[in-house]
Parts: sequence; C-alpha cells; structure tokens
Amino acid sequence: MAEFKVHRVRFFDYMPTAIRAMAFNHRTERLAVARADGALEIFNFADNYFQEKVIPGQDGRAAEALCWLGQRLFSAGLNGEITEYDLENLRPRYTVEAYGGPIWSISSNSQGTLLAVGCEDGTVKIFEILEERIQFQRNLDRQKGRIISLCWHPSGTLIAAGMMDMIKIFDAESGRATHRLLVERGVGASKSREVVVWSIVFLSDHTIISGDSAGKVQVWDGLTGTLVRTHLVTKWDVLALSSSQDESSVVAGTSEGTVVQFQFLSSNVGPQDKEWVRTRTFKNHSHDVRALAHTDTAVVSGGMDTQLVVRPLLDKVEKNTQESAMRKIAFPHRSLVCCAKKAGLLLFQFPDHLELWRLGESNGHGSPGDSLPVKRKPEKLIQLKRKGEDHISCSAVSPCGGWLAYSTVSSFRLYRLQNNTISVTKVSRLPKDLRSAQQLCFSSDSTKLFASSCRSSVLVVDLNQSDCKYLHTLRPKSGSSQPVHLLCVSEDGKWLATANTDCLIHVFNLDKLKLHCTVPVYSSCPTAIAIHPTNSNLVVVHADQQIFEYSLVQKEYTEWSRKLQKRGLHPLWMERDTPITHIAFNPKNPAHIILHDTFMFCIIDQNLPLPEAKTPLYNQMTLRSLPESERIMHSHAFKICKHFQHLLCVRLLEDHSLVVVERPLLDIQSQLPAPVRQKKFAT
Amino acid sequence: MVGHGDIRVVHRGGSKINSRQPVITQDSRFLLCASGECVKVFSTSTEECVHDLRGHTDAVTGVLLNPSNHLQAYSCSADGTVRLWDFTEGIHIKTYVIGYPVYCIYASAHHEGVIFVVTPMLNDKRSEVFQLVAVHLPQSGDQLVEALELSAVVSDVSSNPAAMGFGKGGEFIASAKGLHLEVFFFKKQKTYRFPLKEDNKKGGKNTFMCVACHQKEDCIATGHEDGKIRLWRNFSHKKEYTYSTLHWHHSAVSSLCFTPEGTNLLSGGLESVLVQWRYNQESQRDFLPRLGSAITHIAVSPDGALFCTSHSDNKITIIQSSVKVSAVIQGLVKGESVRTDLMVDPRSKSLVLNGKPGQLQFYSLQRDKLLYNLDIVQQEYIHESGLEQFEVVKAAFDASGSWMATVEERNEKAAELELNLKLWAFDEQTQSFVLNTTISTPHEARITDMCFCHAADSQTTMLVSTSKDGHFKAWQLSAAAHTEDEGPSWSCDFVGAYHSLVPERCCFSADGSLLAVSFQEVVTVWGPASWELLTTLSQPPQAIRDLCFGRLSCSKYLLGTTASKLLCCWNLLTCSLEWSTAMDVSLLLADPLTENMAAFCFHAGGTDLFVFQPSEPRPLFSHKAVCLGKVTRAIFSPREEMLESCEESSQWLNRSQLHFLTQYMDLMTFTTEAEEERLLASSRQLVVDDSVAMTPFYLLLGKHRRQETEDAVSSSLSSDTVPQSSAAIKQLLQTPAHVMPSTSYLCSMFVQSLLISVTDTREENKHAEEKMDSEREEEDSEEEMEPSDPRPQQASDACSLTKAQLRELRRVRNQDHSWSAGFL
Repeated sequence: MAEFKVHRVRFFDYMPTAIRAMAFNHRTERLAVARADGALEIFNFADNYFQEKVIPGQDGRAAEALCWLGQRLFSAGLNGEITEYDLENLRPRYTVEAYGGPIWSISSNSQGTLLAVGCEDGTVKIFEILEERIQFQRNLDRQKGRIISLCWHPSGTLIAAGMMDMIKIFDAESGRATHRLLVERGVGASKSREVVVWSIVFLSDHTIISGDSAGKVQVWDGLTGTLVRTHLVTKWDVLALSSSQDESSVVAGTSEGTVVQFQFLSSNVGPQDKEWVRTRTFKNHSHDVRALAHTDTAVVSGGMDTQLVVRPLLDKVEKNTQESAMRKIAFPHRSLVCCAKKAGLLLFQFPDHLELWRLGESNGHGSPGDSLPVKRKPEKLIQLKRKGEDHISCSAVSPCGGWLAYSTVSSFRLYRLQNNTISVTKVSRLPKDLRSAQQLCFSSDSTKLFASSCRSSVLVVDLNQSDCKYLHTLRPKSGSSQPVHLLCVSEDGKWLATANTDCLIHVFNLDKLKLHCTVPVYSSCPTAIAIHPTNSNLVVVHADQQIFEYSLVQKEYTEWSRKLQKRGLHPLWMERDTPITHIAFNPKNPAHIILHDTFMFCIIDQNLPLPEAKTPLYNQMTLRSLPESERIMHSHAFKICKHFQHLLCVRLLEDHSLVVVERPLLDIQSQLPAPVRQKKFAT
Repeated sequence: MVGHGDIRVVHRGGSKINSRQPVITQDSRFLLCASGECVKVFSTSTEECVHDLRGHTDAVTGVLLNPSNHLQAYSCSADGTVRLWDFTEGIHIKTYVIGYPVYCIYASAHHEGVIFVVTPMLNDKRSEVFQLVAVHLPQSGDQLVEALELSAVVSDVSSNPAAMGFGKGGEFIASAKGLHLEVFFFKKQKTYRFPLKEDNKKGGKNTFMCVACHQKEDCIATGHEDGKIRLWRNFSHKKEYTYSTLHWHHSAVSSLCFTPEGTNLLSGGLESVLVQWRYNQESQRDFLPRLGSAITHIAVSPDGALFCTSHSDNKITIIQSSVKVSAVIQGLVKGESVRTDLMVDPRSKSLVLNGKPGQLQFYSLQRDKLLYNLDIVQQEYIHESGLEQFEVVKAAFDASGSWMATVEERNEKAAELELNLKLWAFDEQTQSFVLNTTISTPHEARITDMCFCHAADSQTTMLVSTSKDGHFKAWQLSAAAHTEDEGPSWSCDFVGAYHSLVPERCCFSADGSLLAVSFQEVVTVWGPASWELLTTLSQPPQAIRDLCFGRLSCSKYLLGTTASKLLCCWNLLTCSLEWSTAMDVSLLLADPLTENMAAFCFHAGGTDLFVFQPSEPRPLFSHKAVCLGKVTRAIFSPREEMLESCEESSQWLNRSQLHFLTQYMDLMTFTTEAEEERLLASSRQLVVDDSVAMTPFYLLLGKHRRQETEDAVSSSLSSDTVPQSSAAIKQLLQTPAHVMPSTSYLCSMFVQSLLISVTDTREENKHAEEKMDSEREEEDSEEEMEPSDPRPQQASDACSLTKAQLRELRRVRNQDHSWSAGFL
C-alpha cells in the first residue's frame, strides 16, 4: 500500500436530525423518511438500501406523517399543510392548507382515491385525490380533542382514529362515529394525565391495534368495540405501530428505544383459534422510536437517535446471507464535504450554513503510524449562512479555492473568494437559467461550473475573473426525468460524466459540448463515478458494490473490468453495508484507484492479481508481519485500511497528502438529548 | 489380606435430595425425591420421611408418577433398571431391566405403556453421548421383567433431566442441548432443530439450561445461561418459528416449570428467588425471595396447589401456590468443603459438621434428618462473593457431650488473622448448647488442633489447643472470681512449648492421664495433672501428621502417621517404637467403643481402608479403593443397636459404623449384607392399614389404638359401651345431606346417643347386626372415614358378637382396600 501523509479531520460537526415519520411503498420498495428539519429521504430497498433522493427541508416545515399513494408522496405537518413532493425535481410540488390546525396524521385508503388527515381541532378531513392535485371533499363528524392517529380499514368503508383517551371508529360514507373505544389511563401518578393514542392499525378482520402513551399495545375487536387483549410493553410511550402486509405481524416502537413484535399465532397446532402474542423485542435505538415500517422481510425503525435501522426478521429471510444482516444507516449516501485540492480547503455543508476550513500544516517526518506535530492548526475561514427559508441542497468549492457555490431548491448563489484576505463577494449577475441545482461541480482548472438541473440536464457556466457566463446546457438524448445525483469532470477538462437515479450514466465531451456516449445500463444505482486522469477510463461503483471500468475512448468495458466481472468480487467486499461514496486516483501511480465508504478506504491496485474468494480480503495486517520478499506473493489488488472509521470523506490533495474526515458516532450520540430514564440492572 | 466379601460401601443417610426434581403426588400429600440409592417419600404437611423405597443398587436418577396410576411411581437408576413402586405403602411392585444406565425418565399420559429414558448411546455404556429411548413396558405379571423393546427417539440429548419435556397432549417432546432446541413430533415422526447463536454482542450466553412445555398450548419455555427465558411458539414450522424473551434473572436459569393449567410460569436460579410469571402477561411477576440458596429444581403438584423447589444446600422447600413457604425439608448441608472434622455429638449421637455459613449442623444419621443448626458465629452472613467472613474451622466435644468448643476465624488478606475460641455448655432445659465463654485471640496464629480430655470421671474438664504460634494451651473451667452472678467460665491454665517447634496435633489418652502433643518430628507426652514433660518420642525422625491413642485394652499404644508415609505405633510402657509400616495414611481414626482403628490410605488415585487393632499385627479388615481421591474426613459413630455378626471381617462394624466424606462431599458408609437384608425386610414388612401418613407419631398412636381395640374385644360385654351411639352417628354420616332433617333436630339425638343406655341386650344384638352390615358397606366405600371415628367401631365390636361374626369382622378389617383409592 502506498504511504500518505494524512490530515485526520474531526472538526466537521455534522449532526443528522431525528427521524420523524416513515412510509414504505410495498410496490416500488421505496422507503420515505421524514426528518425533524423537514428533509425527506427516499431509500431504495430493492437496491441495497441506497439513499436515492434527498429533498432538503425548509424552515417551519416538518412532516409529522407521510403517506405514499402509488408513486406520489404526501406529507402533513404541524404547520397545518398537506404537501405533495415532486420526486423528479426534488422539491415540494404544492402545499394545501387543511384549515384544521396542526395535522397529526395522514392516511390514504387502499383504493388510493381518498386521503384522510387528522387535525388538532378534532376533525378528520377527507381529500379527494385528483391527477395533479388534491381537493377537499368533506369533514367527518367533529370530535372534541385532537385526532392523533388515523387508519383506514382495507375495505375503505371505516376509519379508526386515535384520540386523547379514546379511539373512534368512523363510517367513511356517512361520516358518523360508529364506535367509541375508551383507552385506560396509566396507573399511579399518570392516572390524572390523559392517555394519547399515538398510533393505530386497522386490520381487515376488523381488529384494531392501538399503541398509547401509557405504554400499552391493545387489541380491540372493531366490530363490537370491545377490548380483546392488553399488552403492557413499556413504562413510557408506545409511539409507533406498523403491520406487515399479510397482517400476521405488528411491530410497536417505544420511547425506550425498543421495537416489540407481535404475531398472530395459533396457540395450538391448527389454523383456528389464533391470537396476538408478543414475541420478539429488538433494542437497536438509544432514544424514542418515532417511526416504523414493516416490510416483508424486515422491520425498519428510526427515531430520535437519527439512525435508520433495518432489522431483518430471521423467520422470513435465509440465514447468514446479506439479507439477514442488520443495517444501521447513520450517514447520508452522498458527500457533504467538498475539498479544494489545490488550495487545501474543506467546505462543509450544513442544512443552514456552509463552513470553509483551511487544513493544518505539518513539516514533521515520521515513520508510518506516527502522528506528526502540527505546525499550523486548521482554521475556520468562513461561515456562510444561507438566505431564505429553504435548506441548502448542494454546494461546491472550486479546486483553486477561488469560487464557492451553493444551491437551495429556490435559489442559487455563487461567491468569489479571496483567500489571502479572506473575503467573500457574491457574484450578483448570474445566468437566468441557473436558478436551482441538484448537483454542483467545478472543473479542475476552476474555469467552468457544472450544475445539474431538471430532466438530467447539466448547465455549463464559464467563470471569469469576476463574473460568470452561461455557456451551454447539456442534455442526454434519452428522456429520463430522474434527477442527476452524481457529477464528475475529468482532470483534463475534456469529459463530464453524470449519473442519475434511473441508473443511467452519460458522458459528455466538453470540447464539443455534446453527448459522447451512454454507459451500458446496470441494474443497480451508481454511488460514485470518476474519470481516470491519464487513460480516460470511467470507474463506476454501484449500490450493490459492483465495480466497473469503462473506457471512454473505446466505448467499452476495459479488460480489467471484464476480468473483475468474470472472477467476481470477494464475498467480504459484497457484504459491506455502506456504499462507496467517492473515487479518486493516485497521480503518482496510475494503476491505483482510491475508494472509500463509511468504515474503510481501499486502494485498488490494478496491476496486482484479484483476490480469490478464499483468500483473506483484509490482509494488510498480516502482510505487514511478513518479510518483504513474501509480501508480493500474498498481496492482492484490494488494499483496505480500516484504521479510520465513520468516514465522511477521503480526498487526495495536490501534494499527495490524504484528507480524511471522520465523524465518530459517539460524538453524534453525545450531542443527542438525554433518553427516557430506564432502570438498569444493578444501579 | 482379609477379603471383604459382603461389606459394601453405600450411601446411607445424608445423601443429596436435591440431585433430581422432586415429584408431588396427585393428592399433594406426599413428595417423592431421589436420595442416593433410594427414593424418599416425604409428607408435604409434616416434612417427615414416610418411606424409603429401597431396592436400587446405584444412585437413583429419576422419579416419576405413573401416568396411568397415580398411586404408583417409577424410579430409574444408574444400575440399569426402572422400578415401579406403590409409594403409599412403600411396596416394590416391579422391576424393568433396561440393561443400560438410565439417567432420566419421562412419561406422558398420552403414551400408554411406554416410558422414555435417557441412556448412553446403545453401543457403548461409557460414552458421553446420550439418547432418548422409548421403552415399551411388557405386560407381564412377574416381578422382574426384562424390557427388550427399545427404540431410539431422539439421539444426542443432554443428560440433564431438566433439558427435556413433553408438550401439549404428548404430541411432541422438546429437548435442548448446548445451543440447539430440538422438537420431535410423534405424529409426523419429524424433528425440528432450532439453533441459537453462541452469544450476542452484549456478552449474553445463549446456552440452553432447561426446558418446560406448556400443557394446554403450543409453547415451549427455555431457560438460558445468561438468565433469559425464551418462549418459543409456532415451532411446528421449520422456518417461521418465533420466540419472545423474558429477562429477570441475572445468572443462569436452572429450572422452569409451567403450572398445570398453564396460567403461570415458574423460574428459579442462583438468585434464590422463585419468580412467577403470568403466562401471556409476562410483565406481571410475583417473587418469592430469600429462599436461602440457589434453586436447582422446581416442581408443581398435579393440582397446582403446591410448588416445591430444590436448593443447592440440599433442601426442598414446599410452597403453597399463594407463594408462601409452608414446609422445608432439609437434608445434610454440604458446602464445597468441610473445615471442621466430622464429629459425633455424644448426647444426641448425631453427626456434627459445618452447615450453613457460620453454623454447625447436627444431623441424625439414624433417622436421616437434620436435627438443628447451631449458629456459632452469630453474625449476619453476607451473600457476596469474594468477601471473607468468619468461618467455623474447628469444633470439639467432651466425652459426656456437656461441653463443646468451637474455633472461628476470619482471614482477610490485608488484616490480621481474627480468631475466636468459643465454649458452649449444654443446657438441659433448652436441650441445646449455650455460649459460656468467648476467648478472642486465644493464640497468636491459626489453631491446628484441639481436643478435650476424655476421662469420664475427672472432676474438671480440660481443653487443649495447639497453634502455629508454637504453643499449646490448656483451658480449664474455673469459677468466676469477682462477681457471684456469673457462672463458671473458661480460662487458660497452662501454656506449653517445646524447643520453639510448632505443635501440630494433640491427643489425650483414654483415661485422660496422658497428653500427647506432636511438635513436628517429636511427639511429647505430658502429664496433665502436673504439666510435666514425661517423655519424648522421636523415632523415626519424621514430621508427624496424625496422632492417636489406642483405646480400651490397647490404651498403652500411641499411634502416629508421618508425612513420609509411615504408620508408627509406640508402646508407652517401654517408650519405644513397637512397630511401623510403610503406608500413606491420609486419616487415622480410633473407634471410641472398641480397640479398632481405621486408617485411610491414599494409594494410586484412590483410597484404601484398613481396620486394625494396635496390638494385632494383622488388619481385621481391608477394603481396596473405597472411593476415588483422598479421604480426609471420617468418623466412627456408635450404633443404636448392636449387630450380631460373627464373621471376623465384619465384626468391627458391630458396635459402630464408619462414615466418611469423599472428595465430592458424598457421605458414605460401610454396610454388611445381613444389615442390608434386614433393612430391606423391615421396609417390606411395613403394613399400613390406612392411608394415613406413616409418621412415627402415627405408629406410636396406631399401636396404642390397636391394643385398645383388642382389649375392648376381649373384655366384650363387661364394658358398658354405647351401641346406639354408632347407629346414630352412622345414620348421620351416611344419609345424604339433602334428605337429612335439620341439624338442630339431630343434635339432641346425637347427644342422647352419647349417654349410657339402659336397654336390654336382646335389642342391642339386633341393632348390632344391622350395624355390622352397614359398617361393611361403609368400609368398602369410604376408607377415609375409618380412622376419623374409631370410637363407634370399637363400640360395635364390643357388643355381644358370636365368634364367627368376630372372625368375619376381622377378615373384613384386614382386607386391603388400597385398590379402591385408585378410583377416587
């Protein structure tokens, strides 16, 4: 493995926000996750849980509930508005005021024709779903007290609503309340406090399952309105419930961070006489579990501790496969760090500001593994607050450190930086077309800015000493409407590669300003792309961990890529559960490809033989112990370093030093609020 | 060498009662538990042992009620047999020979005529792999039946009986071993295996410890090493099985049990807390804490009214289902080691040794019962590992049993050794020992030996203690000097030393005139009257390990063992070495009642026993390899009644019995064949005419009552008993309640019946005959009634009966009605 001087950066105070709501689309296998700052994330469960899309949040808009309707995604929040999202342009499409005060819940009927929202003022409002928008239809009988949770009966004729101290069942046709189920309050001191029915599930056999703030999960008979069974799950609140599609299993998330599974089991061998039995308990969270989704094979949970946990149900998946491994998704699958290679600057992107840091310097020399004395400490040069309500969706700093750009869903801003005097001047005259960008990228000589916009098009902007000029819009021929999530310019400025969530990779020739070729479509979404500086090979890593190398000159996969595909990747490589988020090349050794994910960085040496399935993949430690002569025999192409963990960014600077940005999970945990008090054994 | 022919080493008394799960009978009146080579039947109400079911020749490894007859029980043993007993009568019914050591036994009411036993894999007897075998019990009238129809059901099972259980309706059997739960369905003849990971990330160990099956629903509860309980459901599918986890215990769950109705799950472990979980509402739990020591087994009576828990300190606790302890059956408490010697209390003839921490236990070997515990340390014992606390390390009794001396010590690493010598006087009034004197720090260093002067006629009692500080001290009882209200107390009388050598052992001669103290290589002999050094014996020059005076006719001999494997005998008259022989004697012991001495020799990993008389060159008896490992504790205990054995080799057992503790803390003894036969015969002879618990109290009273009856019959007419009385009572008791007149109306009749009548005898006769018929009926139908009202029966017997009638009556009385109890 080559030796580098490493800048180990731990001053990026990235703080993900709590997960508020979740909705799983069983048909498309997409999970929508709403965070407390209003951001929305779409995960593709069919494609190795890849985070396909991120819709940035907005001040004052936080989704309290999410609901899929076919391909359409709706959210409702405490600001009293219902929002539909434009998943192609990664922005809210429109918002509709419900006029019922804060909205606590949103639910659609199984036919996909009506949307019900539960409001603070005690009304359940029914909206009709039209082609392009939604229209208010009517109110159900107004109740005293807020409607906290809602669930449609699969037949679409009944709606169960969880309220304070009770559950009401409405007839959706007439709008009348047909049953009132009283929920018992907690014992002791909480007797005087109202019990909140946080979540409710209405099953097709008219069983209602409710979770409430007294820590109970209760099973009701919805036909007679009687209580069947009470499971006391926790001393605190049961915040979320979710049922599987076949209605044989329900999971409940609690404030203690546990997820409790209930299963509809027959107590005796034979199909009759089934009942809901509490079975497994999963404890993967330190804080409240606010949102839950029950997929066919797994329980997905998220909450205050900001992590998304995919816990496979072992009775539904094959043992000891990739599917049966638990996933914790803590970091976004895109880079929030931008590095100015030549100037040694780091740009950190936060939802509401940007930070520009200059890396420290050291002139010490040491043997590998030593930490060198710092001559100049890293310093924060600029903190740039965004303007407007919308959160920053993307940002970039030019390699020379002279330009800085960021974009929100509504605006785009470009700044000129004077590094010596540390001054920022906004470039006021921007091209008209450049209103918003989903992805930004500067060319390596800092003369061009590339901004991807709607329908996978890329705007090319020419940057002069002080102003900028619109050059061209690059459009792929295929009419893909999905947004571009990866942009990459070659070192010589000849090629631009784009990748979108339809798994399409287009390569443009920047000299001719036209499409050069389209890389053959692979079924998995690319997570990182890069163009080799010398031989112009495009290296692509996909969400399923496959690596391809595509020659832009010959317009075909390279020999090495074919060999790799024929041999197959090492099973341990395939088992990693975070995607590769960046690819770089070592200018000293053109055969070296540098990749990283959250838990390791890897240098692929294309000259060395590929590892066999049986050889150990992580062999750097054993190699070190071997004498020099034997190392060659045992080394293989994948040189993996796990010394740095929780990586957000690994970049190679101009002076061949490596910048490693770490964000230890412990630091994130320590910044979380205190969890609910729990009795620990022997305390 | 003398052959040992018919002398066997057996468990007799003091054996473990907690080795296997106890069984409560259908009517909750008896508790059956495996104890050594017999099955003990205890009464659940009086804690008294009712029967010993003897017959097995090796350790009993399981007891089980016969599912098709609840008055019978099966027991299995490592001797390869399964025996069927009538436990109410204590009668052995049948023996089924399996031919392989049996480690566990299971049966289900749904598998008629089949029992399931765990044996080693059939091809080799010594293997560590076990299998579950179904044994089809042959239907044959013989007492000894060979069970040939064996069929393996589940292979590779655990030999722990708690790790298997029958499920609802006998449909399946669940067996756990290591990290696998295996469920075998009889109908499908199919096995499902459910594996667990070895441990999870939090360090919990998932190894299965025990299994229990719900009897009404398909649910299996398993206990695990990390204290978790898992409830398995849906296990009739290979893949879609599921389980929920309960966690309260902090260390391994050793036993689990569902109540018969399945409403509760009981669990127990090291915490000594019985936990009762509500089935399906597991967040509600009841606890029964402070049960004394770790729970090893839990059993529930078939009606669910009683629970019982076995504990690691050889105790069975009977608990009412309202979670209240109702009775405690305590066996001999066995810790990891006994620091005091084994002793015999001269008064109660009971065995005395360390019991619970800081206490001495008095255990009657004859009745196999713990008499009482004496708290020596009198400090609260703190249950915490690694904490050094006061322990009783030495105890001694004087010859009459009126004084006891104890030594307790605490040896904390940092602090100095703390020593207390306590002297206890026997109080006739309270019949127990009362603390008389406490001497703190009697010596500077650890006390190595202590003995009372054995002279029965001496006026003053004397105690000698030797210590590592180089001194031996004599303690004497002296009257209190300063105040009058204090009684006499003990004080130091003499301090002796010899060339600053460390004294190891001390021993008084039988008449108390000589005291021998061994100082490393030198044996010194002192006259306790004047405390002068009489003589020293240093031949051969080796460190003395054990010292012992001969008894009775051999009292001129002093015997000692040395560290260099020599047994020496000195003649004190000539002060010379009489004889010596090369033997690695680990323990030398004198029988106080005879001249016999016993020497346990450690030889080639085992221990041999030699019994000899110091005057005789030839050993009386020798037994090779009495047990594995070293024997360091043994005692001669006097017999209650002498044996009349004339065989030379077993004569030494006539007056006293030799008990010893093995390495594994098993209390063993030697028994002759004749003795065994007598014991077996006596247990079979026992005829219990009622189903009353056969307590000693009952035997006493029953004998008395029988006599009374006979007296009454013999005196016949002369006694003025009341014939009508029985008529009235019979009427009262036999008529159904709903056709009876009101109680107030009957009351006067009843009271009248108790008065002495003046009607003539002819009428009486008629009455009596009528009564006889009714009585017979009653006897057939309700045998319970009989003991409760013996008086009217006596009365009827007493009236003028013909000889033939009398005979008839006796015949009826003697008939065995126990079969009818089966229909109840």
